[in-house]
Amino acid sequence: MNPLIEADDLVRIYETRRGLFGGASPVRAVDGVSLAVMPGETLGIVGESGSGKSTLGRMLLGIDPARAGEVRFSGSPMPKSGTAEWRALRAKMQLVYQDPLAALDRRLTIATQIGEPLEIHRLVQKEHRAARVAELMAAVGLRPDQAGRFPHELSGGQRQRAVIARALASRPKLLVCDEPVSALDVSIQAQVVNVLRDLQEQNGIAMVFISHDLKVVRNIADRVAVMYLGRIVEEASSDVIFQSPQHPYTSALISSVPVPGKPPEGRMILQGEPPNPADRPSGCAFHPRCPLARDICRTSVPALRQIGSGRTAACHVVAGETASVERLRKRA
Amino acid sequence: MSSANPNLVQLRDLNVTFDGVEVLHGIDLDVAKGEALGLVGESGCGKSVTWLAALGLLPGKAAVTGSVRVDGRELCGARRSALEEIRGGRIAMIFQDPSSSLNPVLSVGRQIIEALRIHRGLRGEAARAEALRLMDVVGIPAPSRRFDLYPHEFSGGQCQRLMIAMALAGEPDLLVADEPTTALDATIQAQILDLLNTLRAETGMALVFISHDLGAVSQVCERVCVMYAGRIVEEGTVAQLFSEARHPYTRGLFDAIPRIDGSRERLLAIPGTVPNPKHLPEGCSFSPRCPRAVDACGRVRPPLMTQDDGRRLACTRPVSAAARGEAKRRIPQGVMQ
Repeated sequence: MNPLIEADDLVRIYETRRGLFGGASPVRAVDGVSLAVMPGETLGIVGESGSGKSTLGRMLLGIDPARAGEVRFSGSPMPKSGTAEWRALRAKMQLVYQDPLAALDRRLTIATQIGEPLEIHRLVQKEHRAARVAELMAAVGLRPDQAGRFPHELSGGQRQRAVIARALASRPKLLVCDEPVSALDVSIQAQVVNVLRDLQEQNGIAMVFISHDLKVVRNIADRVAVMYLGRIVEEASSDVIFQSPQHPYTSALISSVPVPGKPPEGRMILQGEPPNPADRPSGCAFHPRCPLARDICRTSVPALRQIGSGRTAACHVVAGETASVERLRKRA
Repeated sequence: MSSANPNLVQLRDLNVTFDGVEVLHGIDLDVAKGEALGLVGESGCGKSVTWLAALGLLPGKAAVTGSVRVDGRELCGARRSALEEIRGGRIAMIFQDPSSSLNPVLSVGRQIIEALRIHRGLRGEAARAEALRLMDVVGIPAPSRRFDLYPHEFSGGQCQRLMIAMALAGEPDLLVADEPTTALDATIQAQILDLLNTLRAETGMALVFISHDLGAVSQVCERVCVMYAGRIVEEGTVAQLFSEARHPYTRGLFDAIPRIDGSRERLLAIPGTVPNPKHLPEGCSFSPRCPRAVDACGRVRPPLMTQDDGRRLACTRPVSAAARGEAKRRIPQGVMQ
């Protein structure tokens, strides 16, 4: 089976100015990221603020242009954003963000908004539109009597359901969800996560699920990529990565999740803060906070290497040069 | 919580009404000296309003009735000067968004000094030295170099540390932390929780930790109070609630949290949504969403009653009530023999 969406060595650079008259300094928000998502698969992307996970999500959809690298959807290169081909393709790939109130138009009823993609992409004839909207609303668990409501008349969870229904209207093959449940209460979060899982199982949609909440990602993703300062530092199947994280940053991230009823003793607490992307540390970007850092980490950037079947890590210590040299020798 | 250990703060029948809509319905709550109490619940349950009301921080349109006693002194309806003596001095509060609580046009050092001057009358070199010490205590690296920096030059986690430093300036007996780690990244959240634990161990101050994150609450608190729709529905020690939640809402909150270990199972969501305070359901407010509700739950509201094991519970059909009662009766017999 071929991947539905593939990204090759994506780079996105923002220019920021230092002070009012200062020169422009480049911020590499996404710095050489490659990934692939199979049809029907869910890839979780986790990382802290500034790790570039949201920028990556937008690049996968072609909303943010790449400075370098390429995105392929169903094997063909992504058309340039704004072109007719790209717009047509957008029906196949949709985005769900964190804040449903910002994503919805306050002056239109939710039924109108859920029906809009059908009109824009000319998918369903006018007389069948109402039926399709009702079907979509039922699929995400909205009641028929809520069709005529305006966004402010719904709760946060109901609004997010409306946004999901709208994203599903064009029968997409890929859904990029950027922190879709982060603004919701725990009990509602569980409802929306279940809706997403059910819809994915029923329709075979591939999903890129971006979140800082590891517990939610653990529950929904088949595979997880951990990002730190614009790069993927570890990637593995969800079961494997949460049970035996290899990269010290992944270990710290998982260890930092407070588990109800579990005392805080023995938790690994990282020192320091995520560095400023405009002022990237030399070598491995994680080395100033890393408990395992050695001399090599301060000078040379570790590459993402295979460390097992279907899992990769970028770390000199756990997936170091020596390991790969030995592998090359064996191959020779 | 016996009379031998007088409570630092005592809330009795605290009611809050906004524009005629009652949002807090008679909260009774004690905070003992030095204890860490968690207040959990979903948005709109009244966990923040309880403490904003207690400290007289709600806007004028809010009508607050009931009694708030700090060391026996009544605060509810007290004069502004009396309140200001308590606020910051005896009880300090920190909020979710530190950057909006700090003044953007004053250097952080000056802001900490301001708090020291108001609450402890420190001035000049003594104030500066104490401010630097506080910055060091909360883990700001190289405080003397960062004393004259402005809030925007600090990260979110560091701004929260600075807020904690300002809260500590008055040497409070109680720190009320309202969702202090919600806006922070996971690794920084772990650092701040660790800092709160250390500070409490060192200063002996009490802590009220308001959060929707049960995991974070279990890391810092000894006692937990679960609120729903403006009422306390269950209260007990962390061990009691986390090992054996009795109220179906508490149980539901635990079940809804995705697990980070173990297998990937379908999440157990609580159906429905939190009721609108304008149209609260009759009887128990949770009954329309409750899997254990019977007809009577929709008619009669269960009062908050102290149980045999010391916890308080407001439910007529609590989870595993029978099994628990038996187990409890059996154990003392075994001990006797």
